[in-house]
Amino acid sequence: MSANVSVDFITHTFKGQSAPTLKDIALNIHPGEQVALIGRSGCGKSTLLHMLAGLTVPTEGCVHIRGHTVTRPSAKWNMMFQKPSLYPWMTVRRNAELGLLFAGCRDTARIDALLELVGLADKADANVQSLSGGQQQRVALARSLATSPELLLLDEPFSALDAFTRATLQDEVSRIARQEGLTLVIVTHDIDEAVAMADRVLIMAANPGRIAGEMAIELPAPRERASAEYSRAREALMTTFDGLVGDGRGGAAAQRTDAAGAPQREAA
Amino acid sequence: MTAAEGTLPLAPEHGRAQAPPRARRGRAQSPAPHAEAGQERPASASAPAGAAVVQRQALRWHTRTFRWPAVRAFLLSTVAYPTAGIAVLLALWWLGGWAIASNDDVVAFAGFAPAPAFAALADMVASGEVWGTIFPSLYRIGMGLLWAFLIGVPVGVAIGLSAALREVTHVPFQFLRMISPLAWMPIAVLAFATWDGAIVFLIAVAAVWPVLFSTAQGVRRIDPLWFKVARNLGADGWQMLRRVIMPAIGQDIFAGLRLAVGVAWIVLVPAEYLGVTSGLGYAINDARDTLEYDTLAAIVVVIGIIGFLLDGMCVSLIKHFSWRQAD
Repeated sequence: MSANVSVDFITHTFKGQSAPTLKDIALNIHPGEQVALIGRSGCGKSTLLHMLAGLTVPTEGCVHIRGHTVTRPSAKWNMMFQKPSLYPWMTVRRNAELGLLFAGCRDTARIDALLELVGLADKADANVQSLSGGQQQRVALARSLATSPELLLLDEPFSALDAFTRATLQDEVSRIARQEGLTLVIVTHDIDEAVAMADRVLIMAANPGRIAGEMAIELPAPRERASAEYSRAREALMTTFDGLVGDGRGGAAAQRTDAAGAPQREAA
Repeated sequence: MTAAEGTLPLAPEHGRAQAPPRARRGRAQSPAPHAEAGQERPASASAPAGAAVVQRQALRWHTRTFRWPAVRAFLLSTVAYPTAGIAVLLALWWLGGWAIASNDDVVAFAGFAPAPAFAALADMVASGEVWGTIFPSLYRIGMGLLWAFLIGVPVGVAIGLSAALREVTHVPFQFLRMISPLAWMPIAVLAFATWDGAIVFLIAVAAVWPVLFSTAQGVRRIDPLWFKVARNLGADGWQMLRRVIMPAIGQDIFAGLRLAVGVAWIVLVPAEYLGVTSGLGYAINDARDTLEYDTLAAIVVVIGIIGFLLDGMCVSLIKHFSWRQAD
């Protein structure tokens, strides 16, 4: 079910701009791997994710998903956005089965199972506008999973939720992806989210957008947020991040903060 | 006390959440039945405190099923206020009729007053003559609106989706829109073989703009993420139109149609002044020529009633296609 993704030397320049937004991005994501892309706003991480989804076509280079060149969107590589963007004129069930409806193969049993999986079996016939933000994002997750994707792309999908709901959903999505054998790519500017979900974190720098470095997170799933290993991984990632892209506040200053230890601030 | 605690879980949860202010008012207005209902509970016999709690419980139950303030608000908005509005209108009409009747110079027009008008209306309904007048007009309105809908919705969707098309059509559409539909009359008469065809054309020309612009506006207001999500789920163009665009703009289309009905209804009567020998506009002209001012006033009433009903139909269509949740 899972797909390997290879990005072959993508360079992208938006229309009307002279400097490239992304330059020479090359990476390989193994089947079933959970990868986080972190970076400051404007480093092109979201653009890169859109290219993996086929929603944006790069000016140079290409994306291969299990050998297929990505030229357009497909239900096999599915993206979740910051906003759940459910269709308010449809019930929860109808929203969840939309991908199947487009593909012309409705499967009521599968939708029931998915709504069960995301904990919304009792809300199947509810109006989506009556759900909380977290519940709406769960419906969006069910909708993404319905078409049996090989690759799930997450574009800061939990950043609009409260801290508790966010942590729960991070664990759940991570667990479901492992359970279903999905490859997961998550774009985030939240160091915690990367540590909570990813096997490997890619750190992106801006001007031009590039992958500045990476770090493996070798913690067993589910991640124990209160554990010492988790804190160490978080701190290590923070240090690596500041070392690579600490230029936002002047490189030298950032380095000094690192040396002093415990740079406890958000990286966004 | 145990009895009191035992009854507590019986309290309806949402009733408790939403009822307090209403419950208080309801109790103040009719305390007797509630008290009786409370004493029927067996738990009330065991302890006085328990009785009080049960009584309060019964109040909540009772006020939930019959809330006088809510009923009063309903009666006011559906019966009392509209009746008052109609009464004011009739009073003004009656005053006008009285002024005409008491002025020797214009007393010949006294048929415009409410009493003769309603008498003439009763005659027209009794003789069935009114239906023969209404149906040709309704047919022309219906056909005109149908054409406005068939042209306005697709074109509206297209210019809503395409910025280039919007720019190209802006000047021509605004230019055409500003031409009075009745100014097309000579051209319509030349271009169409039948009077009916010409009138349908005039109505369509007037009604297409509100439908078209409201549809385009609705399309432009669609959340761009809805397109992105649908594309991402593998929707093709037709599926996008059917599953996303049309449901999203249903209420905008019918809001446009509501405006169109108003415009079409205004254009209809003058359009029927010329050429045709049927319809409400013709009937008004005919009544004027034969000096039957009571009939003329009766037809004006008919026009008003039908317009009101058509508007009501549009409002219920808008409600039906509206997905925005009521507050």
